[in-house]
Amino acid sequence: MVNVIPDLSTAAGWMPIFFLGVMGLAMLAYVILDGYDLGVGVLMSRADEMQKDTMIATIGPFWDANETWLVLGVGILLTVFPVAHGFILGTLYLPVAAMLLGLVLRGVAFDFRVKAHADHKGLWNRAFFLGSLTASWAQGYMLGGVVSGFTPGGWGVAFNGVVGCTLVTAYCLLGSGWLIIKTEGTLQLKAIQWARYSLIFTSLGFVGITTLTPFVSNSIFAKWFSFPNLVLLMPIPAATIVLSWIIWRSLARLPVRLSNGNEYGAWVPFGSTVGIFFLAFYGLAYSLFPWLVIEKITIWDAATSPAAMEVILVGSVIVLPLIVCYTVFSYRVFWGKSTALTY
Amino acid sequence: MENLDPFLLARIQFAANITFHILFPTISISLAWVLLFFKLRFVKSQQQHWMDAYQFWVKIFALTFALGVVSGITMSFQFGTNWPGYMETVGNIAGPLLAYEVLTAFFLEATMLGIMLFARERVGERTHTIATFLVAGGTTLSAFWILALNSWMQTPSGFEMIDGQAHVTNWFDVIFNPSFPYRFSHMMLASGLTVAFLISGISSYRWLRNDRSPEVMASLKTGVYLATLLIPLQILAGDLHGLNTMQHQPAKLAAMEGIWKTEKGVPAVLFAIPDEDAKENRLEISIPKLASLYLTHTLDGEVKGLDQFEGKHPPVAPVFWAFRIMVAVGMLMLFSSWIGTWQLAPWKKGSERYLRPWQAKLLVAMTFSGWVAVVAGWYTTEIGRQPWLVTGILTSADAASKVPTSNIALTLTMYLILYSALLIAYVKVVFHLARSKKYTSNPADWDADAQALQFNDETDIEIALNVVNYPEKEGKING
Repeated sequence: MVNVIPDLSTAAGWMPIFFLGVMGLAMLAYVILDGYDLGVGVLMSRADEMQKDTMIATIGPFWDANETWLVLGVGILLTVFPVAHGFILGTLYLPVAAMLLGLVLRGVAFDFRVKAHADHKGLWNRAFFLGSLTASWAQGYMLGGVVSGFTPGGWGVAFNGVVGCTLVTAYCLLGSGWLIIKTEGTLQLKAIQWARYSLIFTSLGFVGITTLTPFVSNSIFAKWFSFPNLVLLMPIPAATIVLSWIIWRSLARLPVRLSNGNEYGAWVPFGSTVGIFFLAFYGLAYSLFPWLVIEKITIWDAATSPAAMEVILVGSVIVLPLIVCYTVFSYRVFWGKSTALTY
Repeated sequence: MENLDPFLLARIQFAANITFHILFPTISISLAWVLLFFKLRFVKSQQQHWMDAYQFWVKIFALTFALGVVSGITMSFQFGTNWPGYMETVGNIAGPLLAYEVLTAFFLEATMLGIMLFARERVGERTHTIATFLVAGGTTLSAFWILALNSWMQTPSGFEMIDGQAHVTNWFDVIFNPSFPYRFSHMMLASGLTVAFLISGISSYRWLRNDRSPEVMASLKTGVYLATLLIPLQILAGDLHGLNTMQHQPAKLAAMEGIWKTEKGVPAVLFAIPDEDAKENRLEISIPKLASLYLTHTLDGEVKGLDQFEGKHPPVAPVFWAFRIMVAVGMLMLFSSWIGTWQLAPWKKGSERYLRPWQAKLLVAMTFSGWVAVVAGWYTTEIGRQPWLVTGILTSADAASKVPTSNIALTLTMYLILYSALLIAYVKVVFHLARSKKYTSNPADWDADAQALQFNDETDIEIALNVVNYPEKEGKING
């Protein structure tokens, strides 16, 4: 690994690391933020008509901006690491197309379902569900591809498929956590039930992924299960298990508390799930760095010219804090239980 | 499948995507400013009909914006999946411009949209107005960056080529490249006209259905006046843009005008069927010397013909025809909007100040005329740039990816089906909203509003129910 890292005191050396960080954080922000609204979309198939409207109301003001994090992440890949953008997205051509179709479908269904003729509302609700499901699964499939270094063949497809399913359930866990915070009454209790199932299936997915990893990528397997990495990385799975247990316990206690009108701890399932996503992100970052495509393209191979990076750097340093500020502002404006969306 | 050309399929796919995409930003850019105008009128005059107009059009805005966002996400992936050579060659220029669009515009408009749509009662009037302004500003800023990039691809400047890659020498020259000021003005005016005709068309439609409330009349007048004001400016901007094209992209201009041979005193071709093989126009109808007059401002001015650009000029017929369709729609716009303004002129009183039914029907027919003109105009300029992707630097063929033909064919089919369905749904829903009578801003008012409505038959009840996005029942759940 040492031989691929250039002199980090030069612009061409440290700037790609900076942008890798920004891109990683944008992707993490995307997965968490759009994750909960995609999850809500998938869960919508389990709700009745009135609950569907409420569920949409919890994500309405946010989904647009949430999706923009994907554009930022892919935008940095495109503009700062153009070589990797071409390679990764060219390799993932069909899953990318599936994800895009899913995102298009759900994005428009969101608006059409309340504006089109009432007879068509059910159709748009289904489109919203299908779009959310397709986009989530395709994202997991692509994640699988990135993790395994685009292993071809049956094992690769199986691995990516399992990662896809796991991401869907993980998004459902986030989504139900979000609903526990933002809703009340029957729907809130239903969300607690959804969260239980999602947690079980996500855990099964993790077991599946871990089992399949040696079949698709020896380098990751070797990196994780060698000494001293095994000890250094142990905190990740350990903390994940602890967080899952906290979620499980909280889900068991919440119905009793909520029936007494006590909202204490309603944030725990969502917050702990976000924690799990952070851990997974850290593990992924550790596995990949400094490769964008494992054993093929490093961040320095893929980076654009230092002059171009500098221009984007200036813009990012000025604008990103502003983006964070008004995103926080927006979440504060819509703080608390959701109310009906009208305009 | 094997005999299909993957390069051609990739081009069709990109064209389909960007054609579908441009329809929606074209509306949302100017509609955001019109909404700000409605909002400010309401704040200043406290007349409810301005707020009603705002609330009607904000629904269409939200729908349009959503379609623009999702089709735009598709675009950001297509650069990499289908045209990797583009970023590899001019990534140093395209990269920062696209990055600035995402950073300065996308987040701003997406976040503020949430507040603009859903938070009027949570944040107060002033913050809501500011949010509306920021959405409008964000959409325009986004257009600024992307048009700077497109114009640079048409008329590149401010860079040098080192080892087959473009490197910036002067960012000001890159952004304010020769065609940018013209293209930006032309597109902004096109957006304004598209919205002006959308608003006047839909308002006329409501007017024809006997919905003649102050809200409908205010929207109608706003649309018609706006169109009347913008169309002469657009004709002027278009003319200047044409002269700029003659200077910097003469091959495109020759194709637009259907001029095969370099000549003095060139005629203006009104109608013809350009024949690429024979290098001449069939069935030509033209006015002698007119093209020389408007292109060089002398009757005997010389204009370069396609013979100067053998093998390096765009396909003539599509450019020639797209250009004529755009101009024809522009003329129709001039005609219909000026008649409308003549009828609705502020100095007319009472019953004189009304549209004739045929005039209203004409405006209804023109509802989406802006789309036709915009798409025709973009086809003119984009096909007119071929065979280049970036004029003089990179051809489209060199930028194409090696994605298998079958994959492109599959995705292209999916996109075409999805986009056709969505386009039909969009137009139907816009008219459906126009047929719905009452728009409530507050679910708590629902009962009062429902009672106040004059229901003609059951369909109207159904429509009215649907317009209230989230009926009162749900409000109870949420306290």
